[in-house]
Amino acid sequence: MKLRASKASRDAIRNRFRGLLKHLILMLFSLIAIFPIFLILMNSFKLKKYIFAAPFALPNAKTFSLIGYNTVFQRSNLIVNFGNSIIVTLVSLFFILLFGSMAAFALSGYKFRGNAFLGFYLSIGIMIPIRLGTVSILKLMASLGLVNSLVGLILIYIAQGLPLTIFILTSFMSQIPDELKDAGRIDGASEYRIYSLILPLVRPALGAIGIFTMIPIWNDLWFPLIVAPNAKTATITLGVQQFLGQYVSDWNAVLSALVLAMVPVLLLYLLFSRQMIRSVTAGAIKA
Amino acid sequence: MLDIRGSRKFPFFLIVFLGPAVICYTLFMIYPLAESLVLSFFAVQPDNSYVFAGFANFVKLFTDSDTAPRFWGALKNNLLFFIIHMLVQNPIGLLLASLLVTKGKARGFYRTVLFMPTVLSVVIIGFIWQLILNPLWGVAESMLKAVGLGNLFQPWLGLPEYALPTVALISVWQFIGIPMILFYTALIGIPDELIEAAVVDGCTEAQAFWHVKFPLILPTIGIVSILTFVGNFNAFDLIYTMKGAFAGPAYSTDIMGTLFYRTFFGQQLQLGNPTMGATVATMMFLIILTGVLIYMFLFQRRVKTYQL
Repeated sequence: MKLRASKASRDAIRNRFRGLLKHLILMLFSLIAIFPIFLILMNSFKLKKYIFAAPFALPNAKTFSLIGYNTVFQRSNLIVNFGNSIIVTLVSLFFILLFGSMAAFALSGYKFRGNAFLGFYLSIGIMIPIRLGTVSILKLMASLGLVNSLVGLILIYIAQGLPLTIFILTSFMSQIPDELKDAGRIDGASEYRIYSLILPLVRPALGAIGIFTMIPIWNDLWFPLIVAPNAKTATITLGVQQFLGQYVSDWNAVLSALVLAMVPVLLLYLLFSRQMIRSVTAGAIKA
Repeated sequence: MLDIRGSRKFPFFLIVFLGPAVICYTLFMIYPLAESLVLSFFAVQPDNSYVFAGFANFVKLFTDSDTAPRFWGALKNNLLFFIIHMLVQNPIGLLLASLLVTKGKARGFYRTVLFMPTVLSVVIIGFIWQLILNPLWGVAESMLKAVGLGNLFQPWLGLPEYALPTVALISVWQFIGIPMILFYTALIGIPDELIEAAVVDGCTEAQAFWHVKFPLILPTIGIVSILTFVGNFNAFDLIYTMKGAFAGPAYSTDIMGTLFYRTFFGQQLQLGNPTMGATVATMMFLIILTGVLIYMFLFQRRVKTYQL
């Protein structure tokens, strides 16, 4: 009896210890993940002297300075770059979701000749990166007169985003019971009307796909660099890259530009991270 | 599913639904990919016209005394880049995921923080680490000193033998969230009863993990591996941001993506060459295709039941 009790308490201690260890490991890795970002943020608000003298100290009344932000706002195009990125990302996203959901609706809703082949054809782009076609894409854009235009970028990103979107939405839409659509047909609804009735039912999937298509488009450096490098059409990622390259020795400006480029994405992420991660996990379980 | 195979004419509404996606995807993705493969068999003439050249570009890429060392060097570096990801990123991702699954209250906080670097642009990450590792600022050095490892500090990014592993580890730092979240998703999909049954049968927690959970997440290990492979052999932004198109020092961080960019756009002393660029892209295509085929061969049966 006594022996059993001591074994139980030993187990309890061991479990507690193990729980603590897990917390410690997770905390260590969280620190590693967040500290570099925090360090940049903190030092962007300091005078240059103190960036070097006390990099690990929080800014205070003596060390505080916005000089880096002034430089960025006066010397850079970041506002224009932001605008370009917002246009490119949102317009691409809209058409990816529209065209993708339409195609997924057709693939999941009808048995027609070539259905399986089309599904396979549209999924090639999931694994084969669009970048490998860059030589031809640039040729094509030049012949369409779309070099240095946001339209060119948008077309590329739509093509890039479609395969995975169609693949995931097809699997979501094929789980919607046929009776629902048949009821609509009996009521005389057109196929277009049925599509518009189905769309709200896959809204969670649309949300998850939306977020995960948006991030790579917003962060892309390759296509802006190659297809739209002009200052007027540069996106934020390219704009920051060029600004940082020019001002590499101006530490205040570099740190401030990094913060300005990070903050919008981080804010969006912090606002939506719960839904984002939940929708991935829920989506994967469902699919 | 509405069966319309019998109808004589392809229904118009299907063209409306499928048309935009198929046209956009074909025109801006499939056609350029296919044309790039074709272009790799052509040479550019001085008047900018293309002429069929057979395998000449490939022979040049593999054997020419100027281009061959760059190609084999980039391929070797890229393989090392991938191996570092497989050995560091994915096991740590799995470790973090398995710790997240068991932890209750703070789970959401850890998950959010650990995934954070993943959503940032590679350009920002590259610059942040460049600053941190910069000996001028000395942040990395003083942090190592604080834990008594000050002697270990070196300007890693500037040393040919350290630059590539350093850049690879920065990439690991950024993208660890992806394997973590995929493993996490797979692990929470495993019913608790299965683990409880194993524990009742006398398994320790570690045994339950390796004998019950691990075999069940094998498909996810496949997905994570192939995503890592495709991502790594398509990487460019980080090296370009940190080390420029020349991927220095002495090409020690050169990978397929930077080689492709340089070959296509040229470098200081040498003009860009579209068809040689297409040749490099074709090699990248073949490498990625090989990876995908190996993955399909090993994991094919599970692919159908496992998406995203």
